[in-house]
Amino acid sequence: MAKLILSMDGLVLKEISLSKERTTIGRKPHNDIQIDNLAVSGEHAVIVTILNDSFLEDLGSTNGTLVNGQPIKKHFLQPNDVIELGKYKLKYINEAPKVAAAADFEKTMVLRPGSMPKPSAAAAPVAKADGDHTVKNPGGTPAAPTPAPAVAPATPARQGAIQLLSGANVGKELILTKALTTLGKPGVQVAVITRRPQGFFITHVEGAHFPVVNGKTLDAQAHPLNDHDVIEIAGTKMEFFYK
Amino acid sequence: MSLADAMEIVGHSDPGMVRSHNEDSIANDVRFGLVILADGMGGYNAGEVASGMATTVLMTELQSALSHTAPFQPDEAGAEAHTAAARLMREQITKANTSIFSAAQSQPQYSGMGTTLVTALFYDNKVTVAHIGDSRLYRFRAGQFNQITRDHSLLQEQIDSGMITEEEAKHSQNKNLVTRALGIDPTVEAEVHDYETQVGDIYLLCSDGLSDMVEDPEIGLTLETLGGNLNLAAQQLVQMANDNGGRDNVSVLLVKILKEYPAAKGLFGKFLGWFK
Repeated sequence: MAKLILSMDGLVLKEISLSKERTTIGRKPHNDIQIDNLAVSGEHAVIVTILNDSFLEDLGSTNGTLVNGQPIKKHFLQPNDVIELGKYKLKYINEAPKVAAAADFEKTMVLRPGSMPKPSAAAAPVAKADGDHTVKNPGGTPAAPTPAPAVAPATPARQGAIQLLSGANVGKELILTKALTTLGKPGVQVAVITRRPQGFFITHVEGAHFPVVNGKTLDAQAHPLNDHDVIEIAGTKMEFFYK
Repeated sequence: MSLADAMEIVGHSDPGMVRSHNEDSIANDVRFGLVILADGMGGYNAGEVASGMATTVLMTELQSALSHTAPFQPDEAGAEAHTAAARLMREQITKANTSIFSAAQSQPQYSGMGTTLVTALFYDNKVTVAHIGDSRLYRFRAGQFNQITRDHSLLQEQIDSGMITEEEAKHSQNKNLVTRALGIDPTVEAEVHDYETQVGDIYLLCSDGLSDMVEDPEIGLTLETLGGNLNLAAQQLVQMANDNGGRDNVSVLLVKILKEYPAAKGLFGKFLGWFK
Protein backbone atom coordinates (compact mmCIF):
# COMPACT_ATOMS: atom_id res chain seq x y z
CA MET A 1 0.00 0.00 0.00
CA ALA A 2 1.19 3.49 -0.82
CA LYS A 3 2.11 5.86 1.97
CA LEU A 4 3.19 9.43 2.60
CA ILE A 5 5.99 10.58 4.86
CA LEU A 6 5.38 14.00 6.33
CA SER A 7 8.45 16.01 7.20
CA MET A 8 9.54 19.57 7.90
CA ASP A 9 13.12 20.83 7.65
CA GLY A 10 14.30 17.27 7.14
CA LEU A 11 12.61 16.09 10.32
CA VAL A 12 10.18 13.21 9.86
CA LEU A 13 6.92 13.99 11.62
CA LYS A 14 4.53 11.27 10.61
CA GLU A 15 3.85 8.40 8.27
CA ILE A 16 0.42 8.16 6.67
CA SER A 17 -0.77 5.19 4.66
CA LEU A 18 -3.13 5.91 1.78
CA SER A 19 -5.75 3.39 2.82
CA LYS A 20 -8.73 5.57 2.03
CA GLU A 21 -10.02 6.40 -1.36
CA ARG A 22 -9.90 10.12 -0.55
CA THR A 23 -7.23 11.44 1.76
CA THR A 24 -7.66 15.13 2.45
CA ILE A 25 -4.86 17.48 3.46
CA GLY A 26 -5.43 20.87 5.11
CA ARG A 27 -5.18 23.08 8.17
CA LYS A 28 -8.65 22.36 9.55
CA PRO A 29 -9.00 19.50 12.03
CA HIS A 30 -11.43 17.42 9.94
CA ASN A 31 -8.72 16.68 7.35
CA ASP A 32 -7.18 13.22 7.22
CA ILE A 33 -3.76 14.84 7.28
CA GLN A 34 -3.96 17.96 9.39
CA ILE A 35 -1.09 20.43 9.07
CA ASP A 36 -1.58 23.25 11.52
CA ASN A 37 0.33 25.99 9.77
CA LEU A 38 -0.95 29.28 8.39
CA ALA A 39 0.71 28.67 5.02
CA VAL A 40 -1.62 25.70 4.55
CA SER A 41 -5.21 26.33 3.49
CA GLY A 42 -8.17 24.97 5.43
CA GLU A 43 -8.85 22.46 2.67
CA HIS A 44 -5.60 22.42 0.77
CA ALA A 45 -5.40 19.30 -1.35
CA VAL A 46 -6.78 15.81 -1.76
CA ILE A 47 -5.22 12.50 -2.79
CA VAL A 48 -7.53 10.09 -4.59
CA THR A 49 -6.31 6.52 -4.53
CA ILE A 50 -7.63 3.91 -6.93
CA LEU A 51 -6.06 0.52 -6.38
CA ASN A 52 -2.35 1.18 -6.75
CA ASP A 53 -2.59 4.57 -8.39
CA SER A 54 -2.82 7.83 -6.47
CA PHE A 55 -3.76 11.23 -7.84
CA LEU A 56 -3.01 14.49 -6.07
CA GLU A 57 -5.26 17.47 -6.62
CA ASP A 58 -4.90 21.00 -5.29
CA LEU A 59 -8.25 22.25 -3.96
CA GLY A 60 -7.66 25.87 -4.94
CA SER A 61 -5.34 26.53 -2.01
CA THR A 62 -4.01 30.03 -1.35
CA ASN A 63 -0.35 29.14 -1.53
CA GLY A 64 -0.53 26.23 -3.97
CA THR A 65 0.86 22.72 -4.00
CA LEU A 66 4.23 21.77 -5.48
CA VAL A 67 5.36 18.37 -6.67
CA ASN A 68 9.11 18.01 -7.12
CA GLY A 69 9.33 21.80 -7.10
CA GLN A 70 6.68 22.36 -9.77
CA PRO A 71 3.28 23.86 -8.98
CA ILE A 72 0.48 21.46 -9.91
CA LYS A 73 -3.28 21.46 -10.11
CA LYS A 74 -3.66 17.75 -10.63
CA HIS A 75 -0.90 15.15 -10.64
CA PHE A 76 -0.58 11.39 -11.08
CA LEU A 77 1.78 10.51 -8.22
CA GLN A 78 4.89 8.53 -9.06
CA PRO A 79 7.00 6.73 -6.44
CA ASN A 80 9.32 9.12 -4.57
CA ASP A 81 7.48 12.27 -5.65
CA VAL A 82 7.87 15.04 -3.08
CA ILE A 83 4.76 17.12 -2.40
CA GLU A 84 5.36 20.53 -0.82
CA LEU A 85 2.82 22.60 1.09
CA GLY A 86 4.56 25.63 2.52
CA LYS A 87 7.50 24.37 4.59
CA TYR A 88 6.03 20.89 4.88
CA LYS A 89 7.04 18.04 2.62
CA LEU A 90 5.19 14.83 1.90
CA LYS A 91 7.11 12.07 0.20
CA TYR A 92 5.04 9.56 -1.76
CA ILE A 93 6.24 5.99 -1.34
CA ASN A 94 4.59 3.21 -3.29
CA GLU A 95 6.05 -0.21 -2.97
CA ALA A 96 3.87 -2.09 -5.37
CA PRO A 97 3.65 -5.81 -4.73
CA LYS A 98 6.44 -6.52 -7.19
CA VAL A 99 6.87 -10.19 -6.62
CA ALA A 100 3.36 -11.37 -7.15
CA ALA A 101 3.11 -15.03 -7.94
CA ALA A 102 4.70 -15.33 -11.35
CA ALA A 103 1.71 -17.14 -12.76
CA ASP A 104 -0.65 -14.31 -11.85
CA PHE A 105 1.60 -11.72 -13.39
CA GLU A 106 -0.49 -9.24 -15.33
CA LYS A 107 -3.56 -11.38 -15.53
CA THR A 108 -6.51 -9.59 -16.93
CA MET A 109 -9.18 -9.01 -14.33
CA VAL A 110 -12.68 -7.67 -14.44
CA LEU A 111 -13.73 -4.62 -12.59
CA ARG A 112 -17.38 -4.96 -11.72
CA PRO A 113 -19.54 -2.04 -12.65
CA GLY A 114 -20.74 -0.32 -9.53
CA SER A 115 -17.97 -1.66 -7.35
CA MET A 116 -15.99 1.48 -7.96
CA PRO A 117 -16.84 5.12 -8.19
CA LYS A 118 -16.72 6.52 -11.70
CA PRO A 119 -13.42 8.19 -12.48
CA SER A 120 -15.33 11.46 -12.71
CA ALA A 121 -16.00 11.19 -8.99
CA ALA A 122 -12.31 11.37 -8.43
CA ALA A 123 -11.83 14.13 -10.93
CA ALA A 124 -14.45 16.38 -9.38
CA PRO A 125 -13.76 16.90 -5.71
CA VAL A 126 -17.42 17.61 -4.92
CA ALA A 127 -18.66 14.34 -6.33
CA LYS A 128 -19.63 11.82 -3.75
CA ALA A 129 -17.55 8.70 -3.70
CA ASP A 130 -19.74 5.68 -3.16
CA GLY A 131 -18.76 2.18 -2.22
CA ASP A 132 -15.39 0.78 -1.47
CA HIS A 133 -13.10 -0.15 -4.28
CA THR A 134 -12.70 -3.81 -4.79
CA VAL A 135 -11.58 -5.77 -7.73
CA LYS A 136 -13.46 -8.75 -8.88
CA ASN A 137 -10.77 -11.32 -9.12
CA PRO A 138 -12.03 -14.54 -10.60
CA GLY A 139 -8.89 -16.42 -9.66
CA GLY A 140 -9.56 -15.94 -5.96
CA THR A 141 -6.00 -14.75 -5.47
CA PRO A 142 -5.36 -11.27 -4.15
CA ALA A 143 -5.42 -8.61 -6.81
CA ALA A 144 -1.80 -7.89 -7.49
CA PRO A 145 -1.38 -5.68 -10.49
CA THR A 146 2.27 -5.19 -11.13
CA PRO A 147 4.09 -2.24 -12.55
CA ALA A 148 4.54 -2.84 -16.23
CA PRO A 149 6.21 -0.03 -18.06
CA ALA A 150 6.05 -0.50 -21.78
CA VAL A 151 9.11 -2.41 -22.78
CA ALA A 152 11.22 -0.61 -25.32
CA PRO A 153 11.91 -2.74 -28.35
CA ALA A 154 14.98 -4.73 -27.55
CA THR A 155 18.03 -3.74 -29.50
CA PRO A 156 20.88 -6.05 -30.23
CA ALA A 157 24.15 -4.86 -28.81
CA ARG A 158 25.70 -4.13 -32.18
CA GLN A 159 24.47 -2.10 -35.08
CA GLY A 160 24.00 -3.97 -38.32
CA ALA A 161 24.30 -2.63 -41.85
CA ILE A 162 24.32 -3.78 -45.43
CA GLN A 163 26.44 -2.58 -48.31
CA LEU A 164 25.45 -3.08 -51.95
CA LEU A 165 28.03 -5.07 -53.92
CA SER A 166 26.37 -4.85 -57.34
CA GLY A 167 23.72 -2.91 -59.25
CA ALA A 168 23.31 0.79 -59.91
CA ASN A 169 23.90 1.86 -56.31
CA VAL A 170 27.01 -0.24 -55.77
CA GLY A 171 28.93 0.74 -52.69
CA LYS A 172 25.90 2.30 -50.99
CA GLU A 173 25.47 1.53 -47.31
CA LEU A 174 22.24 1.06 -45.41
CA ILE A 175 22.23 0.98 -41.63
CA LEU A 176 19.60 -1.34 -40.17
CA THR A 177 18.01 0.91 -37.58
CA LYS A 178 14.42 -0.26 -37.90
CA ALA A 179 12.97 -3.45 -36.45
CA LEU A 180 12.15 -4.49 -40.01
CA THR A 181 13.92 -3.54 -43.22
CA THR A 182 12.67 -4.80 -46.56
CA LEU A 183 14.98 -5.47 -49.48
CA GLY A 184 14.28 -6.23 -53.13
CA LYS A 185 11.68 -5.23 -55.68
CA PRO A 186 7.98 -5.37 -54.74
CA GLY A 187 6.14 -7.75 -57.03
CA VAL A 188 9.38 -9.51 -58.03
CA GLN A 189 11.19 -10.59 -54.91
CA VAL A 190 11.13 -9.15 -51.42
CA ALA A 191 12.95 -10.24 -48.29
CA VAL A 192 12.97 -8.68 -44.85
CA ILE A 193 15.76 -8.30 -42.32
CA THR A 194 14.39 -8.34 -38.77
CA ARG A 195 16.32 -6.94 -35.84
CA ARG A 196 15.89 -9.11 -32.75
CA PRO A 197 17.59 -9.29 -29.37
CA GLN A 198 19.56 -12.29 -30.60
CA GLY A 199 20.78 -10.50 -33.72
CA PHE A 200 19.62 -10.04 -37.30
CA PHE A 201 17.56 -12.49 -39.34
CA ILE A 202 16.58 -12.59 -42.98
CA THR A 203 13.22 -13.99 -44.13
CA HIS A 204 11.62 -14.39 -47.53
CA VAL A 205 8.45 -12.27 -47.95
CA GLU A 206 7.21 -12.57 -51.52
CA GLY A 207 8.21 -13.64 -55.02
CA ALA A 208 8.94 -16.95 -56.68
CA HIS A 209 12.64 -16.83 -55.82
CA PHE A 210 14.05 -17.10 -52.36
CA PRO A 211 17.01 -15.06 -51.13
CA VAL A 212 20.49 -16.54 -51.46
CA VAL A 213 22.95 -16.24 -48.58
CA ASN A 214 26.62 -17.16 -49.22
CA GLY A 215 25.59 -19.01 -52.37
CA LYS A 216 22.93 -21.08 -50.61
CA THR A 217 19.23 -20.61 -51.38
CA LEU A 218 17.13 -20.15 -48.25
CA ASP A 219 13.82 -21.83 -47.44
CA ALA A 220 10.76 -20.13 -45.92
CA GLN A 221 12.33 -20.09 -42.45
CA ALA A 222 14.06 -17.08 -40.91
CA HIS A 223 17.84 -17.36 -41.35
CA PRO A 224 20.27 -15.79 -38.86
CA LEU A 225 22.79 -13.39 -40.43
CA ASN A 226 26.45 -13.49 -39.55
CA ASP A 227 29.04 -10.80 -40.03
CA HIS A 228 30.10 -10.49 -43.70
CA ASP A 229 27.36 -12.76 -45.07
CA VAL A 230 26.72 -12.09 -48.76
CA ILE A 231 23.02 -11.85 -49.65
CA GLU A 232 21.53 -12.00 -53.13
CA ILE A 233 18.02 -10.65 -53.69
CA ALA A 234 16.35 -9.86 -57.04
CA GLY A 235 19.70 -10.05 -58.81
CA THR A 236 21.47 -7.64 -56.48
CA LYS A 237 24.32 -8.70 -54.22
CA MET A 238 24.90 -7.14 -50.86
CA GLU A 239 26.95 -7.76 -47.79
CA PHE A 240 25.69 -7.80 -44.22
CA PHE A 241 28.11 -6.66 -41.55
CA TYR A 242 28.21 -5.35 -37.98
CA LYS A 243 29.38 -1.80 -37.68
CA MET B 1 -17.97 -13.75 -55.96
CA SER B 2 -17.31 -15.55 -52.74
CA LEU B 3 -15.76 -13.92 -49.73
CA ALA B 4 -12.92 -16.43 -49.81
CA ASP B 5 -11.64 -14.81 -53.01
CA ALA B 6 -12.06 -11.30 -51.68
CA MET B 7 -10.07 -11.62 -48.48
CA GLU B 8 -7.21 -13.45 -46.88
CA ILE B 9 -7.35 -14.39 -43.20
CA VAL B 10 -4.55 -15.75 -41.03
CA GLY B 11 -4.44 -16.31 -37.30
CA HIS B 12 -1.68 -17.08 -34.84
CA SER B 13 -1.93 -17.72 -31.11
CA ASP B 14 0.96 -18.33 -28.74
CA PRO B 15 1.17 -18.83 -24.96
CA GLY B 16 4.03 -16.32 -24.74
CA MET B 17 7.24 -16.65 -22.77
CA VAL B 18 5.91 -16.75 -19.21
CA ARG B 19 2.54 -18.49 -19.08
CA SER B 20 2.12 -22.21 -19.40
CA HIS B 21 -1.52 -22.01 -20.48
CA ASN B 22 -2.89 -20.24 -23.49
CA GLU B 23 -6.12 -18.62 -22.34
CA ASP B 24 -6.64 -16.91 -25.68
CA SER B 25 -8.84 -18.44 -28.31
CA ILE B 26 -9.20 -17.53 -31.98
CA ALA B 27 -11.48 -18.72 -34.78
CA ASN B 28 -12.24 -17.67 -38.32
CA ASP B 29 -14.40 -18.74 -41.23
CA VAL B 30 -13.62 -17.01 -44.47
CA ARG B 31 -16.82 -18.29 -46.13
CA PHE B 32 -18.84 -16.06 -43.84
CA GLY B 33 -16.17 -13.37 -43.51
CA LEU B 34 -16.14 -13.99 -39.77
CA VAL B 35 -13.22 -13.62 -37.35
CA ILE B 36 -13.37 -14.04 -33.55
CA LEU B 37 -10.75 -13.51 -30.85
CA ALA B 38 -11.26 -14.00 -27.10
CA ASP B 39 -8.87 -13.57 -24.16
CA GLY B 40 -10.09 -15.59 -21.19
CA MET B 41 -9.55 -15.03 -17.51
CA GLY B 42 -10.17 -17.06 -14.39
CA GLY B 43 -8.34 -19.46 -12.16
CA TYR B 44 -6.80 -22.80 -13.10
CA ASN B 45 -7.93 -23.50 -16.68
CA ALA B 46 -11.23 -21.59 -16.45
CA GLY B 47 -9.88 -18.80 -18.66
CA GLU B 48 -9.33 -21.24 -21.49
CA VAL B 49 -12.80 -22.65 -20.99
CA ALA B 50 -14.40 -19.21 -21.12
CA SER B 51 -12.56 -18.02 -24.23
CA GLY B 52 -13.04 -21.39 -25.92
CA MET B 53 -16.77 -21.31 -25.22
CA ALA B 54 -17.02 -17.76 -26.53
CA THR B 55 -15.36 -18.55 -29.87
CA THR B 56 -17.15 -21.89 -30.33
CA VAL B 57 -20.62 -20.66 -29.44
CA LEU B 58 -20.26 -17.53 -31.55
CA MET B 59 -18.79 -19.36 -34.50
CA THR B 60 -21.39 -22.13 -34.68
CA GLU B 61 -24.36 -19.89 -33.89
CA LEU B 62 -23.33 -17.19 -36.33
CA GLN B 63 -22.61 -19.75 -39.02
CA SER B 64 -26.13 -21.14 -38.74
CA ALA B 65 -27.71 -17.70 -38.40
CA LEU B 66 -25.84 -16.39 -41.44
CA SER B 67 -26.96 -19.29 -43.60
CA HIS B 68 -30.56 -18.13 -43.04
CA THR B 69 -30.19 -14.38 -42.93
CA ALA B 70 -27.95 -12.32 -45.16
CA PRO B 71 -26.03 -9.86 -43.02
CA PHE B 72 -26.53 -6.92 -45.39
CA GLN B 73 -30.33 -7.05 -45.19
CA PRO B 74 -31.88 -4.10 -43.48
CA ASP B 75 -32.92 -5.14 -40.03
CA GLU B 76 -36.66 -5.70 -40.00
CA ALA B 77 -36.81 -5.53 -36.23
CA GLY B 78 -35.42 -2.04 -35.86
CA ALA B 79 -36.42 1.03 -37.81
CA GLU B 80 -32.86 2.33 -37.62
CA ALA B 81 -30.46 2.14 -40.52
CA HIS B 82 -28.89 -0.96 -39.04
CA THR B 83 -28.23 -4.10 -40.98
CA ALA B 84 -29.05 -7.56 -39.76
CA ALA B 85 -25.36 -8.16 -39.01
CA ALA B 86 -25.31 -5.96 -35.92
CA ARG B 87 -28.47 -7.58 -34.54
CA LEU B 88 -27.23 -11.11 -35.24
CA MET B 89 -23.93 -10.42 -33.53
CA ARG B 90 -25.60 -8.87 -30.49
CA GLU B 91 -27.98 -11.85 -30.20
CA GLN B 92 -25.24 -14.44 -30.45
CA ILE B 93 -22.98 -12.57 -28.05
CA THR B 94 -25.85 -12.61 -25.56
CA LYS B 95 -26.15 -16.36 -26.11
CA ALA B 96 -22.43 -16.88 -25.54
CA ASN B 97 -22.61 -14.73 -22.42
CA THR B 98 -25.44 -16.82 -21.03
CA SER B 99 -23.60 -20.08 -21.74
CA ILE B 100 -20.42 -18.94 -20.01
CA PHE B 101 -22.28 -17.35 -17.13
CA SER B 102 -24.38 -20.43 -16.41
CA ALA B 103 -21.35 -22.73 -16.66
CA ALA B 104 -19.54 -20.48 -14.20
CA GLN B 105 -22.56 -20.55 -11.87
CA SER B 106 -23.11 -24.29 -11.98
CA GLN B 107 -19.51 -25.54 -11.80
CA PRO B 108 -17.45 -24.35 -8.86
CA GLN B 109 -14.13 -24.75 -10.68
CA TYR B 110 -15.31 -22.29 -13.33
CA SER B 111 -16.64 -19.77 -10.85
CA GLY B 112 -15.92 -16.22 -11.90
CA MET B 113 -14.51 -17.08 -15.29
CA GLY B 114 -14.95 -14.62 -18.11
CA THR B 115 -13.44 -13.48 -21.36
CA THR B 116 -12.87 -10.41 -23.47
CA LEU B 117 -14.05 -10.54 -27.06
CA VAL B 118 -13.45 -8.87 -30.38
CA THR B 119 -15.21 -10.12 -33.47
CA ALA B 120 -15.65 -8.80 -36.99
CA LEU B 121 -18.03 -9.79 -39.76
CA PHE B 122 -17.15 -8.74 -43.31
CA TYR B 123 -19.96 -8.41 -45.89
CA ASP B 124 -20.99 -6.08 -48.70
CA ASN B 125 -17.77 -3.99 -48.61
CA LYS B 126 -18.41 -3.36 -44.93
CA VAL B 127 -17.32 -4.73 -41.62
CA THR B 128 -19.34 -4.92 -38.43
CA VAL B 129 -17.15 -4.97 -35.36
CA ALA B 130 -18.29 -6.02 -31.88
CA HIS B 131 -16.09 -5.96 -28.82
CA ILE B 132 -16.14 -6.33 -25.05
CA GLY B 133 -13.12 -5.61 -22.86
CA ASP B 134 -9.57 -4.84 -23.95
CA SER B 135 -9.05 -7.05 -26.99
CA ARG B 136 -8.63 -4.74 -29.94
CA LEU B 137 -9.23 -4.21 -33.62
CA TYR B 138 -6.77 -2.09 -35.58
CA ARG B 139 -6.91 -1.04 -39.21
CA PHE B 140 -3.99 -0.45 -41.53
CA ARG B 141 -5.10 1.64 -44.51
CA ALA B 142 -2.90 3.54 -46.98
CA GLY B 143 0.05 3.85 -44.63
CA GLN B 144 -2.09 4.79 -41.62
CA PHE B 145 -2.34 2.45 -38.66
CA ASN B 146 -5.27 3.18 -36.33
CA GLN B 147 -6.93 1.56 -33.37
CA ILE B 148 -10.63 1.17 -34.19
CA THR B 149 -12.02 -0.23 -30.95
CA ARG B 150 -11.89 1.60 -27.65
CA ASP B 151 -11.01 -0.59 -24.69
CA HIS B 152 -13.52 -1.17 -21.94
CA SER B 153 -10.88 -0.78 -19.27
CA LEU B 154 -10.24 1.28 -16.19
CA LEU B 155 -7.26 2.85 -17.89
CA GLN B 156 -9.29 3.99 -20.89
CA GLU B 157 -11.88 5.52 -18.57
CA GLN B 158 -9.14 7.35 -16.74
CA ILE B 159 -7.75 8.66 -20.03
CA ASP B 160 -11.21 9.69 -21.21
CA SER B 161 -11.98 11.58 -18.03
CA GLY B 162 -8.65 13.39 -18.27
CA MET B 163 -7.23 11.95 -15.06
CA ILE B 164 -4.13 10.70 -16.81
CA THR B 165 -2.54 11.22 -20.20
CA GLU B 166 -1.81 8.44 -22.68
CA GLU B 167 1.87 8.77 -21.83
CA GLU B 168 1.16 8.26 -18.12
CA ALA B 169 -1.13 5.37 -18.98
CA LYS B 170 1.87 3.40 -20.28
CA HIS B 171 3.26 3.41 -16.74
CA SER B 172 0.02 2.73 -14.93
CA GLN B 173 -0.25 -0.30 -12.73
CA ASN B 174 -3.89 -0.81 -13.65
CA LYS B 175 -3.29 -1.99 -17.20
CA ASN B 176 -5.04 -5.25 -16.75
CA LEU B 177 -8.41 -4.19 -15.35
CA VAL B 178 -11.31 -4.45 -17.75
CA THR B 179 -14.69 -2.92 -17.01
CA ARG B 180 -16.69 -5.27 -19.22
CA ALA B 181 -16.31 -8.95 -19.93
CA LEU B 182 -18.30 -11.81 -21.35
CA GLY B 183 -19.69 -14.34 -18.86
CA ILE B 184 -19.23 -12.35 -15.66
CA ASP B 185 -22.76 -11.00 -15.33
CA PRO B 186 -26.17 -12.32 -16.51
CA THR B 187 -26.24 -9.61 -19.17
CA VAL B 188 -23.56 -7.84 -21.11
CA GLU B 189 -23.61 -5.10 -23.68
CA ALA B 190 -21.28 -5.45 -26.63
CA GLU B 191 -20.13 -2.34 -28.41
CA VAL B 192 -21.04 -2.74 -32.10
CA HIS B 193 -20.07 -0.47 -34.99
CA ASP B 194 -20.12 -0.65 -38.80
CA TYR B 195 -17.27 0.54 -41.02
CA GLU B 196 -16.71 0.70 -44.76
CA THR B 197 -13.80 -1.35 -46.02
CA GLN B 198 -11.42 -0.59 -48.88
CA VAL B 199 -9.34 -2.86 -51.06
CA GLY B 200 -5.87 -3.13 -49.53
CA ASP B 201 -7.02 -2.65 -45.93
CA ILE B 202 -5.45 -4.93 -43.35
CA TYR B 203 -7.44 -5.53 -40.15
CA LEU B 204 -5.70 -6.75 -37.03
CA LEU B 205 -7.55 -8.35 -34.13
CA CYS B 206 -5.29 -8.90 -31.13
CA SER B 207 -5.25 -9.70 -27.44
CA ASP B 208 -3.57 -7.37 -24.95
CA GLY B 209 -0.56 -9.69 -25.04
CA LEU B 210 0.38 -7.95 -28.27
CA SER B 211 -0.77 -4.38 -27.64
CA ASP B 212 0.89 -4.26 -24.19
CA MET B 213 4.20 -5.66 -25.38
CA VAL B 214 4.65 -4.00 -28.77
CA GLU B 215 4.21 -0.28 -29.44
CA ASP B 216 1.57 0.66 -32.01
CA PRO B 217 4.06 2.20 -34.51
CA GLU B 218 6.05 -1.04 -34.50
CA ILE B 219 2.89 -3.04 -35.22
CA GLY B 220 2.04 -0.61 -38.02
CA LEU B 221 5.53 -0.93 -39.48
CA THR B 222 5.21 -4.71 -39.49
CA LEU B 223 1.90 -4.60 -41.37
CA GLU B 224 3.33 -2.08 -43.79
CA THR B 225 6.49 -4.03 -44.62
CA LEU B 226 5.12 -7.56 -44.39
CA GLY B 227 1.58 -6.93 -45.66
CA GLY B 228 2.46 -8.91 -48.78
CA ASN B 229 2.95 -12.06 -46.73
CA LEU B 230 0.19 -12.13 -44.13
CA ASN B 231 1.31 -15.35 -42.52
CA LEU B 232 4.80 -13.98 -41.97
CA ALA B 233 3.35 -10.73 -40.61
CA ALA B 234 1.30 -12.66 -38.02
CA GLN B 235 4.34 -14.69 -36.98
CA GLN B 236 6.47 -11.58 -36.81
CA LEU B 237 3.97 -9.82 -34.51
CA VAL B 238 3.90 -12.77 -32.11
CA GLN B 239 7.69 -12.96 -32.23
CA MET B 240 8.03 -9.25 -31.44
CA ALA B 241 5.77 -9.63 -28.39
CA ASN B 242 7.84 -12.58 -27.24
CA ASP B 243 11.15 -10.80 -27.90
CA ASN B 244 9.92 -7.97 -25.69
CA GLY B 245 9.21 -10.35 -22.84
CA GLY B 246 6.04 -12.16 -23.90
CA ARG B 247 4.49 -11.80 -20.45
CA ASP B 248 1.00 -12.70 -21.63
CA ASN B 249 -0.59 -14.95 -24.23
CA VAL B 250 -0.31 -13.38 -27.65
CA SER B 251 -2.96 -13.81 -30.32
CA VAL B 252 -3.38 -12.11 -33.66
CA LEU B 253 -5.87 -12.44 -36.50
CA LEU B 254 -5.12 -10.60 -39.73
CA VAL B 255 -7.66 -9.93 -42.46
CA LYS B 256 -6.54 -8.44 -45.74
CA ILE B 257 -9.08 -7.15 -48.26
CA LEU B 258 -7.98 -8.32 -51.71
CA LYS B 259 -11.01 -7.36 -53.80
CA GLU B 260 -14.34 -5.61 -53.46
CA TYR B 261 -17.10 -7.88 -52.21
CA PRO B 262 -20.46 -6.25 -52.82
CA ALA B 263 -23.36 -8.38 -51.66
CA ALA B 264 -25.37 -10.14 -54.34
CA LYS B 265 -28.63 -8.37 -53.69
CA GLY B 266 -32.03 -9.40 -55.04
CA LEU B 267 -33.18 -12.58 -56.67
CA PHE B 268 -31.03 -12.23 -59.74
CA GLY B 269 -27.90 -11.72 -57.69
CA LYS B 270 -28.67 -14.78 -55.58
CA PHE B 271 -29.42 -16.77 -58.67
CA LEU B 272 -26.11 -15.73 -60.18
CA GLY B 273 -24.40 -16.53 -56.91
CA TRP B 274 -25.45 -20.18 -57.11
CA PHE B 275 -23.62 -20.65 -60.36
CA LYS B 276 -20.34 -19.20 -59.21
